[in-house]
Amino acid sequence: MPETVSTAAQQRLAEIREAAEKAIDKPATLGPDVDITRFRTVSEQDKIDSLASLEKQIKETVIHSGFVADESERSGSYFQMDRTPIYERVQNAFDNAIEIMSTQDALAKWPDEMLEKYWWRAVMPDKDKYTALVALHQTEGYFIRVKAGHKVEKPIQACLFVSESNVSQNVHNLIIVEDGAEANVITGCNVHVDVKEGLHAGISEFYVGKNAKLTFTMVHNWGEDFSVRPRTAVVVDDGGVYINNYVLLTPVKSIQSFPVAKLEGKGSTAVFNTIVYGLKKSIIDLGSEAQLIGEGSRSEAVARTVTLDESVVYSRGRLIGRTNDCKAHLDCRGIVQSSASTQWAIPDLVSEGAPGAELSHEAAISPIAAEEIYYLMTRGLPKDEAVSMITRGFVNIDIPGLPDVLRRQIDKALEETAKEAM
Amino acid sequence: MASAEPLLLIEDLHVSVGDREILRGVDLAIGEGETHVLLGPNGTGKSTLLNTIIGLPNYRVTQGRIVFKGQDLSGLEIDERARLGIGIAFQRPPAVRGVRLRQMLDVAAGGKLPEETVVKLDEDLSLEYMLDREVNMGFSGGEAKRSEMAQLLVQEPDLALFDEPESGVDLDNIAVVGAAMNALLKGDGRVSERTRSGLIITHTGHILQYVNADIAHVLYEGHLACRGNPLDLIDEISRHGYDACVECAICQRL
Repeated sequence: MPETVSTAAQQRLAEIREAAEKAIDKPATLGPDVDITRFRTVSEQDKIDSLASLEKQIKETVIHSGFVADESERSGSYFQMDRTPIYERVQNAFDNAIEIMSTQDALAKWPDEMLEKYWWRAVMPDKDKYTALVALHQTEGYFIRVKAGHKVEKPIQACLFVSESNVSQNVHNLIIVEDGAEANVITGCNVHVDVKEGLHAGISEFYVGKNAKLTFTMVHNWGEDFSVRPRTAVVVDDGGVYINNYVLLTPVKSIQSFPVAKLEGKGSTAVFNTIVYGLKKSIIDLGSEAQLIGEGSRSEAVARTVTLDESVVYSRGRLIGRTNDCKAHLDCRGIVQSSASTQWAIPDLVSEGAPGAELSHEAAISPIAAEEIYYLMTRGLPKDEAVSMITRGFVNIDIPGLPDVLRRQIDKALEETAKEAM
Repeated sequence: MASAEPLLLIEDLHVSVGDREILRGVDLAIGEGETHVLLGPNGTGKSTLLNTIIGLPNYRVTQGRIVFKGQDLSGLEIDERARLGIGIAFQRPPAVRGVRLRQMLDVAAGGKLPEETVVKLDEDLSLEYMLDREVNMGFSGGEAKRSEMAQLLVQEPDLALFDEPESGVDLDNIAVVGAAMNALLKGDGRVSERTRSGLIITHTGHILQYVNADIAHVLYEGHLACRGNPLDLIDEISRHGYDACVECAICQRL
C-alpha cells in the first residue's frame, strides 16, 4: 500500500479488517462447513515470460476450463499460480481498452478509487468465514477493467491455479466494465493433478456500467478433495447486461456458491446459465439471486443438472422483485442418473412491495424418457450412445449471445466428459 | 412369392402389450423390392406389427418369429435391427430435447453427413430452419413427417416401415412425403432392379398416389385376414367397410 493513501482509505481498510475479524468463525448459511484452520495459505511461485513455458501437464489441465496458451484468440490473459500472478498480459491491439493486473496491484495503484467504489462494496467482508478469510489473508486475484466505450469481442482469459496440497487460495477478483463497454471473460479454476486436499475461497465483485455488457464464463475443474467457496456479487447500472455462464463437469469435494446480481440500473439485465454434472461424492450447492431493483430490470436463470455416482446437487434460484416494472424467470431441470445420487431443485420467488413484479419458475427433475432413447436407437445408435447423446443435449443449453469461441469450449468440455463417463 | 427367401418373413406371430394380446398369428412375407400396404380398422394392431418388427421393448412376442435376411430377430436390440437394414418412420415421433434434426441425420447416416447431402435433403424436403431445431420439438404434422423421411433417406434401410405417413399432413406435404418414399423405395433404377422393400400403414390410401404398392393386407382381429391389389382393396373398404371387406371375393382370402 503506498504511503499516499488518504485517511479515508486507511479508515475503510481498518473497517474491513475489523468486520472480517469478527466473522472469521461465522459458518456460511449454505453448504457443508469447512475447517479453514486446517489449511496454510498458498506459496509464492516464479513468474513466467510466456504461457508457452507452462509445464505441459498444466497446459493440458487448464485447457479443460477454456484457458489456452496460444493467445491469438484472446485479448488478454491472467494466470495465477498459487499466490503469484505469474503472467499478466494484454494483447497489443487492446492496450488502450483493457487493464489486467492483480487486485493487490490495482489497490496500490488507485487506492482511493478502489476503496471508494469497488473494494468490498458489492460483497461484505463479514458475510461468513470465507469472506473474512479472504479479507484477512488475501492471496491476490485478478483485476480486469475494460475502459468506457470499448467493445472487446475476443475473450479475456483468467486462470487461478493451485499446485500444492493442503493450502487455501484466497483470491479477491474485480471486473469493471465501464459505460458502453463490452467484454467476454473466461475464467478457469484448476488444480494440479497431484493436488489432494485444499480450499479455494474467491471473492468476485463485478461492476457493469451504463449500457455495458459483461459475459462471464466460468469453467470449474477442481479436485475430488477440494472445497470451493466463491462469493460473487455483480452490480449492473442502467441498460447494462450481465451474462453468467457456469460449467462444472468434474468432481469436487464440495462447492457452495450463490452469486448475486444487483440490478440497480433502469432496464438492466442478468442472465445465469448453469451446467452441472455431479460426479463421485461431490456436494454441489449452486444457485443465483437476481435483485430486481431498477425499473424495467429483467432476469433469467437456466440450470441443467445431471447427477451420477453418489453426488448431491442443490440447484437454487432466487428472484427478488423490488420494483413494479420487473420480470424474471427461473428454469431448472435435472436428471438423476444414479440411485445413490440426490438432487434438490429449490426455486425461490420474492416480491418485496412490488405488486407489478412478474416472477415465475419452472423446475423439474425427471429421467430421460425411454421412448426418446428408443427413437435414437431406431436410427442405428446403440443404447449407451443414445443415452449419452440425449444427456449431452439436455445440458447443452442454447445460450443466446454466447460467442462461438466459448460455445466450442463448452461443447468440447462436454464431449470430453461424455467420453470419460462412458 | 419368388422362390428366393423373402427379405422379411413373419410366421405365426403373437404379440402382447402388457396383458393384452394384440396380434394373434400374423403370417407375412415381403420379398426384395416389394412394397406392401397394411390396412385395417383402428386398434387392430397395425402399429403393433411395425413396432414389433423394429423391436420396441413393450411389444412382447409370445409365439412365432420374425426373420429378416435369413436371421431370426428375437433377442436383437432396436439398434442392431436398424443396422441390419430395418428403418421406421413413426406416426408420432417423440420430441428429443437438446438433439437437433441435423444430429439425427448424422446418426441415421452412421457418421457425419457431407454438407452437400444435407443441402440436397433440404431442397427435396424443405427442411430449412428445422435442421437446427430440436428434433420434433414443436414440429407441425407435416414437419415431423418430412423430418422422418429425411432420416430414412440417409439411413437407406433395405426394409422401410411407414406408420401412417399421411396422417395429420396437408396435401402439399403428402406430395413431398410421397416423393421421398418413392425415392427411397424405387430409387432411380428400373422396377426389376428394385432392391428396397416397404411396409406402409395407411387409412386413406392417399399416399398410394405417389408410391406404387404391390400388395395390400387387411389386418383384422389380430391377424392378416385377406390381401389383394392395394387400390382395389381400399376402394372396396371405402364403399363397404372392413367387416364386408374381409368377407368379399375380390381379394385372396388367407
